[in-house]
Amino acid sequence: MQVAFELNGDPVNADVEPRTTLADCIRDRLGRTGTHVGCEHGVCGACTVLVNGEAVRSCLMLAVQAQDEKVVTIEGLSGDQLSPLQAAFRKHHALQCGFCTPGFITTAHALLTNEPDADQERIREVLSGNLCRCTGYIPIVEAILDARSHYARDGEK
Amino acid sequence: MKPPSFAYASPSTLAEAVNLLASGNGNAKVISGGQSLMPMLAFRLAAPDLLVDLKHLKDLGTITIGDDGVRLGAKVRWCDIENDRRLVRSHPLLAEAIKHVAHYQVRNRGTIGGSLAHADPSAEMPGVALTCDGEMTIVGSGGTRVEKASSFFTGPLQTSLEPDEIVTELHLPAWPATRRWAFREFARRKGDFAMAGVLLFYDLDHRNCAVDAHIGAIGIADCPIRLSAAEAALNGNAVTEDCIAAVAAAAKESIDPPSDIHAPGAYRRALLGTLLARGLQHSIS
Ligand SMILES: Cc1cc2nc3c(=O)[nH]c(=O)nc-3n(C[C@H](O)[C@H](O)[C@H](O)COP(=O)(O)OP(=O)(O)OC[C@H]3O[C@@H](n4cnc5c(N)ncnc54)[C@H](O)[C@@H]3O)c2cc1C
Repeated sequence: MQVAFELNGDPVNADVEPRTTLADCIRDRLGRTGTHVGCEHGVCGACTVLVNGEAVRSCLMLAVQAQDEKVVTIEGLSGDQLSPLQAAFRKHHALQCGFCTPGFITTAHALLTNEPDADQERIREVLSGNLCRCTGYIPIVEAILDARSHYARDGEK
Repeated sequence: MKPPSFAYASPSTLAEAVNLLASGNGNAKVISGGQSLMPMLAFRLAAPDLLVDLKHLKDLGTITIGDDGVRLGAKVRWCDIENDRRLVRSHPLLAEAIKHVAHYQVRNRGTIGGSLAHADPSAEMPGVALTCDGEMTIVGSGGTRVEKASSFFTGPLQTSLEPDEIVTELHLPAWPATRRWAFREFARRKGDFAMAGVLLFYDLDHRNCAVDAHIGAIGIADCPIRLSAAEAALNGNAVTEDCIAAVAAAAKESIDPPSDIHAPGAYRRALLGTLLARGLQHSIS
């Protein structure tokens, strides 16, 4: 089946089986491997991407369901310079092996874009959908708290 | 794991969707948010020939609040309920229970219709529907029918839905502003399915005694259940410490929770009693 959608601002299309998940389509067909596939059943959050600005698990969505939608992956949230979230993650040492990091950054970006005032409790609640086996989460929460000021100011990343 | 092969259709009308389901000889399935079905496919616990996506069906995503209560379209998502501030007053038990469903990303896609049809014994939405005398509107080849939650849930992941039927709406009767209520559940991690949960409400009569008690439980049986013995122990009584203890004892006596990898039955029984007592205490504070 042909599917066409917008990926990180560019129109893309792919020929996929209906059973292909959005995560596999993005990685294997479209070559953007920043989206990581961990558990493949919706528990770990590593594959989180933004669909029309909302954080969703790309392993729990079929590629064909993304038809005509706007998809943003971790690649779409990074440029030549570190984004505020990336800089804060580096500053706070909010990653070690880095496998889960794309999911945390995409999730945090969606959260702070919609709720720049999210407090520590809210951030922790939202992060409950992402698993990290290295950091113990505390530096991740600190990094997101730190990045908030950038979202409050210009509402973008 | 990767899902098994299937065909996919995204019809633009309800009638078309029903026809597609009917043509599937029992092997076609609806996909709505996909937040339960996709894991089932990944585990190969489901292997449909055809998935019928509700994505393009209009009018199923609205929340209507009126004198007759709350109507939730089948495609209303967890985040829609969370973001609708009216519900905190119009149906506080619903608003509170839904806070406990899954995680941020799952909440952006998971729908009430999918949860009702999936009928997980621990799921909050079926518990709300049952406890609150909810009614589902269901459309299939045979036309439209309305079914009470009390007969809709028939077992673990089992409902009275025929293969060609689609849930279009859940209706919850009006909620008096003075109603007493509580929701309590216990899960080891935030957003996980509950090991046990309690939903309750009652009204107070002129003597300050509980009437019309509704007490539902999730996670302790094959499907959500009403605890009629506990309701009987509450009805007609002032909600005192003694009464609360009696209601919790009646509840514990009346249930026979299963043991599984998450908890032995005896633990779930004790947990339910504790959650119920705490819920009742909260309802009078
Ligand atoms: C990590 C994780 C944690 C979760 N935690 C919880 C939790 O704590 N509590 C909880 O309640 N849920 C939880 N869920 C499940 C989640 O709430 C699902 O969104 C919900 O159970 C199903 O809704 P859906 O729209 O995603 O349905 P889908 O996955 O699309 O469908 C589920 C089933 O319902 C059928 N179906 C869907 N819509 C309809 C309809 N309108 N009419 C007829 N049949 C239909 C499908 O054919 C399928 O059999 C969790 C999920 C994940 C991945």
